[in-house]
Amino acid sequence: MQTIDLQETGLRDLNQTLHAQSETTNQTAWEILNPKGAHAIACGLDAPIEVTVKGSTGYYCGGMNKQATINIHGSAGPGVAENMMSGTVIIEGDASQYAGATGNGGLLVIKGNASSRCGIAMKGIDIVVHGNIGHMSAFMAQSGNLVVCGDAGDALGDSLYEARLFVRGSVKSLGADCIQKEMRPEHLALLADLLERAGCDAKPEEFTRYGSARKLYHFNIDNAY
Amino acid sequence: MTDDTANAPRTLPVQSATFTNSVNAEIRRAAATGIYDIRGGGAKRKLPHFDDLLFLGASISRYPLEGYREKCDTSVTLGTRFAKNPIELDIPITIAGMSFGALSGPAKEALGRGATLAGTSTTTGDGGMTEEERGHSRKLVYQYLPSRYGMNPDDLRRADAIEIVVGQGAKPGGGGMLLGQKITERVAGMRNLPVGIDQRSSCRHPDWTGPDDLEIKILELREITSWRVPIYIKVGGARPYFDTTLAVKAGADVVVLDGMQGGTAATQDVFIEHVGQPILACIPEAVRALQDLGLHREVQLVVSGGIRTGADVAKALALGADAVAIGTAALIALGDNDPKWEAEYNALGTTAGAYDDWHEGRDPAGITTQDPELMARFDPIEGGRRLNNYLKVMTLEAQTIARACGKNHVHNLEPEDLCALTMEAAAMAKIPLAGTDWYPGKPGTSY
Repeated sequence: MQTIDLQETGLRDLNQTLHAQSETTNQTAWEILNPKGAHAIACGLDAPIEVTVKGSTGYYCGGMNKQATINIHGSAGPGVAENMMSGTVIIEGDASQYAGATGNGGLLVIKGNASSRCGIAMKGIDIVVHGNIGHMSAFMAQSGNLVVCGDAGDALGDSLYEARLFVRGSVKSLGADCIQKEMRPEHLALLADLLERAGCDAKPEEFTRYGSARKLYHFNIDNAY
Repeated sequence: MTDDTANAPRTLPVQSATFTNSVNAEIRRAAATGIYDIRGGGAKRKLPHFDDLLFLGASISRYPLEGYREKCDTSVTLGTRFAKNPIELDIPITIAGMSFGALSGPAKEALGRGATLAGTSTTTGDGGMTEEERGHSRKLVYQYLPSRYGMNPDDLRRADAIEIVVGQGAKPGGGGMLLGQKITERVAGMRNLPVGIDQRSSCRHPDWTGPDDLEIKILELREITSWRVPIYIKVGGARPYFDTTLAVKAGADVVVLDGMQGGTAATQDVFIEHVGQPILACIPEAVRALQDLGLHREVQLVVSGGIRTGADVAKALALGADAVAIGTAALIALGDNDPKWEAEYNALGTTAGAYDDWHEGRDPAGITTQDPELMARFDPIEGGRRLNNYLKVMTLEAQTIARACGKNHVHNLEPEDLCALTMEAAAMAKIPLAGTDWYPGKPGTSY
């Protein structure tokens, strides 16, 4: 286990060290101490390493991650795992706004609640939130899966493209062009796999699926409101 | 008395200056279709512009340099504030961001070829980085846009600079639209969207709001790219003093300022013509912001929106810009709107020089299209050669003017080298009206 204490080491040195890890590194386990809400911790990683952050992080922790597994033993600030390409980010606490924004791949697990705009413009990432999510989540979400074990706030899935949304609890309101959809066997299987990978014991049958009505797919003046 | 009314003088029919033929035609079109006009390009209305400024040239008190012989440097370095590797260009004219999707792959290749031959940079656009463009561009600026279509850390690290797009001159505050005709399998794949749908580019970034967030976003981008490449921030010509100030505060190495004459691939005509300010009005305010911060020339200013000639370049630099960017002019140099396609423009209901329905993907010149047959008409090698020629001519023109003003570097051009032809231009550019030492709003005067 390699340990980097952010009280002694600067952010630049931390990220430079993590960026220097190659595909074949044998230093696969890293621990970061005293994050104290610092921004851009462990962003841009591209190696199969496991990074554990002992505390809460600021903006953009794990941003654009590839391959790495990042565990946050605390809560995460805005934009955690934004534009993630692959790998896994697991947050033991809550996540602030824009969690997983524009993510292309990988798995983001939030064991607490997520704030507004969770999964905004997501492009293939899988996001599992054990708790609730805030308003405008999955806005313009293009593809991937957003699983919410609690409730969803206002305007879920506004202007949605092809992302799939699964909510176990209530939805305060659906956004433009987002509708409830039939839960078919392939969706139950997909959900079961995601819940298992996210360490969540909820049952797939308890969820409702939402998706795009595809009425905004072609420009029409009636859509402009 | 005879009835001679048939021969009596009559009032001639008078066309309204308010309800012109084109206004009336647009009313009829709107009434027939119920949909507003979407088009490409920038503002077409007549605006105060660089044509309203003149250079004074040398005189007894100003010593000129000899024609094309004496050295007149045109090099420019962008991104000297924080980046380890600033961009060094041979000329102060860059190629503005234009998306793959709006433009064909060969057109992007031609921009890269032409820019590289001329010793300057080109810029990606919405939709990500193509191999055609990266492969043929010695210096490539990677746009970081609200949609994040095609955005990935590998391309981010392959870029020579990153341009965070907050807005553009044609539509400050607006997003984008790429109609389904141009969403081919390749375009859709890069944007992670279904083939053939009308695709919306969002108007605001998904993971930051305001300058305090932007500062942290820039930190993230710098960390991911190891503080190697410059970070530009592009804004539309809305509130240039404050936007420049906030961009610098957020940590920009370079501010890119785009006036309302700057083009777009597609947006509402009402947006293009009625939102934003002419670039002439924007430059002095952005320069004032940099000067107030004590960072003029340390944070470089790139301006765009209606740059056509070396004279425009020289005037922009004289007003305090470090470089310019061209988009529409570059497309014309490649062959867009060329009269040789007049019959086909006519068939589309338009004429060469006026064609602006780039979003429909039926460009006879094969530049703003994804149609394989139309694309095949365009030769990227020839296009690159033409663009290089055009950039060379613009540079020579700017040098000619600079020498006439006694400058051995185009950056030595200054507001004192200029006069204004109109009150409007004088007021906006803060340049004295020709024949006077006064402009409206000049400090110490009461007008």
